[in-house]
Amino acid sequence: MFSLDLQTVLPEVILSVYAMVALMAGVYTTKDKSAGLLIWATAAMFALVAFLIATREGTDPAFFGSFVDDGFARFSKVTILLSAAVVLVMSQEYLARRNLLRFEYPVLVALAVVGMMVMVSAGDLMVLYMGIELQSLAMYVVASLRRDSEKSTEAGLKYFVLGALSSGLMLYGASLVYGFAGTTQFEGIFLATAVDVPLGLIFGLVFLLVGFAFKVSAAPFHMWTPDVYEGAPTPVTAFMATAPKMAAIALFARVVFDGFGGVVGDWQQIVAFLSVVSVFWGGVAAIGQTNIKRLMAYSSIAHMGFALMGLASGTAFGVQAMLIYMAIYVIMNIGTFAFILSMERDGRPVTDIGALHMYSRYAPMRALAMLVLLFSLAGVPPMVGFFGKLYVLRAAYEGGLTWLAVLGVIASVIGAFYYLRIVYYMYFGEEREALDTGTSPLLWGVLMASAAVMVFGVINLFGIEPLAAAAAATLVN
Amino acid sequence: MDAYLAEAPIGLEHYLTVAAALFVIGIFGLFLNRKNVIIILMSIELMLLAVNINFVAFSAYLGDLVGQVFTLFVLTVAAAEAAIGLAILVCFFRVRGTIDVEDVNVMKG
Repeated sequence: MFSLDLQTVLPEVILSVYAMVALMAGVYTTKDKSAGLLIWATAAMFALVAFLIATREGTDPAFFGSFVDDGFARFSKVTILLSAAVVLVMSQEYLARRNLLRFEYPVLVALAVVGMMVMVSAGDLMVLYMGIELQSLAMYVVASLRRDSEKSTEAGLKYFVLGALSSGLMLYGASLVYGFAGTTQFEGIFLATAVDVPLGLIFGLVFLLVGFAFKVSAAPFHMWTPDVYEGAPTPVTAFMATAPKMAAIALFARVVFDGFGGVVGDWQQIVAFLSVVSVFWGGVAAIGQTNIKRLMAYSSIAHMGFALMGLASGTAFGVQAMLIYMAIYVIMNIGTFAFILSMERDGRPVTDIGALHMYSRYAPMRALAMLVLLFSLAGVPPMVGFFGKLYVLRAAYEGGLTWLAVLGVIASVIGAFYYLRIVYYMYFGEEREALDTGTSPLLWGVLMASAAVMVFGVINLFGIEPLAAAAAATLVN
Repeated sequence: MDAYLAEAPIGLEHYLTVAAALFVIGIFGLFLNRKNVIIILMSIELMLLAVNINFVAFSAYLGDLVGQVFTLFVLTVAAAEAAIGLAILVCFFRVRGTIDVEDVNVMKG
């Protein structure tokens, strides 16, 4: 029995052991000199574990149901692992050139990824809490990776304080759920809500959802996002914008369906509210931003709103739409951050949007790729991003939330403005001092690949659709 | 004295009320405090301890050990969290030379 359970958690065990071995090796041997190698090794490890997970089948509950390995968890884990691997590889050169290449970085990222994998597989509030904390604690540290910078330490501090607050709220909710359902297991909570739902359980649910809303940075619990995105070193921001978002939204879906799937009406309104506020606030507040990292923070808030829209529909199709949306979002963000990482002038990083004036004049290929990505982020029809939005809007409509779908369309039109403004600067702006063009071939490759996915994905979304449908079916039944 | 206790024994709701009060004090401490980041760390600790009281009270009430196990996990993680928070705070102090909440404002928001 126990050995079977270990078999189920094998990917997590492998990664944890790897992280600890890497940490020891880093401390006792070459310290930061091996950091570059360690980054590649960690990325390879992620890819290996992703492959291991992708070959699995069926639904395996382990440790008396506290940990579940099902199609939904596997879909999320593969997305998390692959995106983390790509972002890690992208960050190597940037960190090396700015003297930030410490061996702790890949180790902390590996631990954060283990935390995320535990989060999406949680079948118990305790396991969920441990996963979230492992992820968060590692992320607090990498956010303040640049110890000698005012912005980076401030970002770490703000992230820590608000992250701890959200953990506290979530835990308070967990304690109420435990008290009124009599168990911390999602299965037991599901059974406890079957007959009649005590008020305390609803209170617990609300606190839990508020905690999760902090983690996915859904408005009105998004205040940490712009500051942390701006202050953290750009590779860390790229990491934050991809894998943890996928993990947090998958965890959100896991709890509301596995634990509270019997009382959809009780959480549907909350999720719909979070969704509406996020899409609008993400769209409106981004208009005044001049820092591209801050802009991406608001963009991620709006995107989380759209993902929550799929979840709010409360149907299997809604979860499928959410998974597809998140996969597309992650790929778009990887490409966009590959572009942002290569924005520099005389070797110094630039994050001001104004620096992109007439960018197409001297870097036409990269400007074109960025144009595709921005159109995709905005949801302009021929690009894949449009289909992601179409899926969630359809899910909301079919789930009986027509008003939500209508508001989503309006918000996405507002949001399109600030993406298109960057395009305008790149193609029709005024003459300004040019940015450097000779950047790393790796970032160029990632940017082009991501843009190509956004264009050629329209044919069949690379077969992701049936996978997401199968994943959603294991969660909602 | 015994007669009084028999009439109004300390039950679950008393524990829950204390925990809720501590939790709210923690949240207020986090938001109203304008002086010192250390106080924020203390407020966070207060919130987590309120949650622990909740868990233990429910655990005793339900006659179920899971709540107490959860409490032990929360305590352990809270210690790790405080360590990381203080480490970040030390870095912040080295760069900025202050830990006043009002000075955490290089970025707006």
